[in-house]
Amino acid sequence: MAMSRDEIYAKVQGVLVDALGVDEVDVTPTATLRGDLGAESIDFLDIAFRLEKAFAIKIPRGEMFPEDIFNNPSYVSAGRITPDGMAELKKRMPHMDFTELDKDPDINKMQFTVNTVVNYIENKLKA
Amino acid sequence: MADNWQLTTVRWIWIDKFTEFTPRVSATAVKNVTLAEEHLHDLCPDFPIVPHSLIIEGMAQTAGILVGEASDFSEKVILAKIGRATFHRLTRPGDTLEFHAKIDQFSEQGASASGTVTCAGQLVAEIELMFSHIDRNMAGIEFPDHNFVFTEQFTELLKTYRLKMDLTL
Repeated sequence: MAMSRDEIYAKVQGVLVDALGVDEVDVTPTATLRGDLGAESIDFLDIAFRLEKAFAIKIPRGEMFPEDIFNNPSYVSAGRITPDGMAELKKRMPHMDFTELDKDPDINKMQFTVNTVVNYIENKLKA
Repeated sequence: MADNWQLTTVRWIWIDKFTEFTPRVSATAVKNVTLAEEHLHDLCPDFPIVPHSLIIEGMAQTAGILVGEASDFSEKVILAKIGRATFHRLTRPGDTLEFHAKIDQFSEQGASASGTVTCAGQLVAEIELMFSHIDRNMAGIEFPDHNFVFTEQFTELLKTYRLKMDLTL
């Protein structure tokens, strides 16, 4: 039987509490992993490993957090995501909410939230 | 200059030998604690104990060599995160520590490992670690081509273990 979004959310919350050493109450749907929960680069690998274990899935590199895009000058220029970069991100990240980035494609505003992770897992489990 | 640097490199090895090594799966290493070690007298001068940070270092070396061997030491493996470290008792001169490490997950980017430290069958610590393959995770930063992580100090331990196994067989 498929997992409900609430069940997925609860498991993701547990993963983030363990990986980032934060309190459960801080892990809200709109909390950002870096800004609000203090995730550093190595934490993203830790989170991916823990999600793989918790949901018995395989997360290929760059699928949940496509970091390679940010190192590509045709996708990011002078701290801003180019139209090509935005198109690529939208193609590769159906789990991400681009509302704010559409208004201002400042790379610093590209924030992964708890919801981004939950959406990713939900899509992955449906596939 | 480079040769001089090699000569003065600090010997930083925190395990004495491997007693079990199953590639890509698990490893056990032993560390004998002696009163002759300077650091034992630094933390609590009248009560020599091994600092917890050095017990974590022993686990990091045991698990780090296990992770490095999994890619034939082609990756530069560094300790990137201590996920958890829980200590249950102190370690004192005369103790023999056993570091039992296992790889939990391994990928192109790094690995997670966990394990226990025991002394005469008693639980000393439970530790979870994350290792990074730094050439694959530090975009924009270039490191020397040679593998400066796995110096002879570390690879020698594994060679000694394997040689002993061959002799036993």
